[in-house]
Amino acid sequence: MSIRIENLKHVYNKNTPFETIALDDVTIAIEKGEFIGLIGHTGSGKSTLVQHLNGILKPMSGKIIINGLDITDKKVKLREVRQKVGLVFQYPEHQLFEETVYKDVAFGPINLGLSEEEIDQRVKEAIEWVGLNFDEVKDKSPFELSGGQKRRVAIAGVVAMKPDVLILDEPTAGLDPKARDDILEQIKNLHDRYKMNIILVSHSMEDIARLVDRIVVMHKGKIALIGKPNEVFEKAEFLESLGLGIPQITTLMNRLKNLGIPVRNDIFTIEEAKKEILHWMGRKKC
Amino acid sequence: MLRDITIGQYYPADSCIHKMDPRVKILATFVYITALFIVKHFVAYTYIIAFIAGTILLSKVPLGYIVRGLKPLFLIILFTFAINMFMTKGEILYQIGPLDITKEGLYQAVFMATRLVLLIIGTSLLTLATSPIQLTDGIEKLLNPFKKIGVPAHELAMMMTIALRFIPTLLEETDKIMKAQMARGADFESGNIINRAKSLVPLLVPLFISAFRRADELAMAMEARCYRGGENRTRMKELSLHARDYIGGFITMLILLAVLINRFF
Ligand SMILES: Nc1ncnc2c1ncn2[C@@H]1O[C@H](COP(=O)(O)OP(=O)(O)OP(=O)(O)O)[C@@H](O)[C@H]1O
Ligand SMILES: [Mg+2]
Repeated sequence: MSIRIENLKHVYNKNTPFETIALDDVTIAIEKGEFIGLIGHTGSGKSTLVQHLNGILKPMSGKIIINGLDITDKKVKLREVRQKVGLVFQYPEHQLFEETVYKDVAFGPINLGLSEEEIDQRVKEAIEWVGLNFDEVKDKSPFELSGGQKRRVAIAGVVAMKPDVLILDEPTAGLDPKARDDILEQIKNLHDRYKMNIILVSHSMEDIARLVDRIVVMHKGKIALIGKPNEVFEKAEFLESLGLGIPQITTLMNRLKNLGIPVRNDIFTIEEAKKEILHWMGRKKC
Repeated sequence: MLRDITIGQYYPADSCIHKMDPRVKILATFVYITALFIVKHFVAYTYIIAFIAGTILLSKVPLGYIVRGLKPLFLIILFTFAINMFMTKGEILYQIGPLDITKEGLYQAVFMATRLVLLIIGTSLLTLATSPIQLTDGIEKLLNPFKKIGVPAHELAMMMTIALRFIPTLLEETDKIMKAQMARGADFESGNIINRAKSLVPLLVPLFISAFRRADELAMAMEARCYRGGENRTRMKELSLHARDYIGGFITMLILLAVLINRFF
């Protein structure tokens, strides 16, 4: 799916004293299969933006064109849009409601009107995919699971709808480092396997730097920066002025460079940094 | 959607009505309601309309904002109007099938609808121009004399503060859960009545869970800060009466007097 967002504008509580411009003239073009990281300070409009992509929020002006179809058009069937664009909300575990994990994950597929076998198959697949044991959890109440497990079940509920575009709004907020890495890893696997579009919303550059194809940086409802991770991190000072850090390892490389050491500073994983530093040391030795 | 509900909402502004003592505003609202129910002729309504219009102007709350608060109650107003119009006996003006519209009925309908609209406007103006904290402070102070006969004034006021405080939070929560379930293909708007009721389950279960969780957390947080009820608690801002309070109270009493004179003489 290709997604084109054109001049999108959204205002909350229009014509009241609580009026907030949450999105202002946002334009982004996303290609088929691209993995996008959406990053920004709290209140920068990330959640507002992604809620437009499956028609849950209506823009004040602007267009969203998904595979040639303008979904802001009134005549568009939103149910079809929502099947194609799956959205996992912030803290999705707060939306669990069924008696069993199985039923909760099946909620989306049932709403799509699928056959029983198809539903069964998808639920199983989705639960396994998020790293839970299907037979173990399927008859449990979602409320007796741990926080991290609840989060996984909630994500499975959207994955089971097999969307072409999967949007995750801060899927790792409030999880411990292990659970965070697991979930990020599984998102990456999903992208590798199905080549779907993924939009990952996050506060943390570290989380997304090594996963995504491109990073979109938002600031006060506007797009501040778009580019490949290394292009974005070259603007470390600008990012810091927006209250966003860059990965610590990239800071380290920047410092080394400033000390006159000839290393690349467009690096954001420890492995890469290690290679680069060893490379430099080797070069010096010779 | 849900955000259109303005009852109980506060509209921050810098006006003399906002600054008035909440006790005076609460009592004035009671007097206003009493006056409204004493009115027998349209003439007396003009006093009340003039009074409320003046108050709205002074309060700097936009008229559109107040009218928006009437919208959710539109059905009730319409219902009152229809019942009065069709159910009052008298000189027949017009017939629709078995229903008669009488001259008296029409008069009565307009009369009652006006009363209802004025009632809603007056009470919502109280909450629009008084912050919830002030409102409950005022109620607590007004209830104080009844403490002697066992009315738990402070506790009642605290309960109200918390309830008012959580209305917007719960609305926000409802909005969020609705959106999340819609993203999973839930449909809250179509279908027959049974399907619609069923479709509320995915909304209500998470909503109740979150309400209980919040209640629990709040209780815990209050206890952690040694909350023990109203005994010996002092306030940072003591309520005190100013000239504007006396003037406001006086004008309200004048309106009541005018309405009384109109009714009985
Ligand atoms: N339902 C709403 N009603 C009114 N204003 C809102 C609503 N949701 C968000 N806003 C406002 O819109 C702006 C953008 O909010 P948004 O939730 O999109 O930010 P965000 O980037 O997702 O932040 P966070 O990282 O904290 O989730 C904020 O100023 C916020 O206060
Ligand atoms: Mg957000």
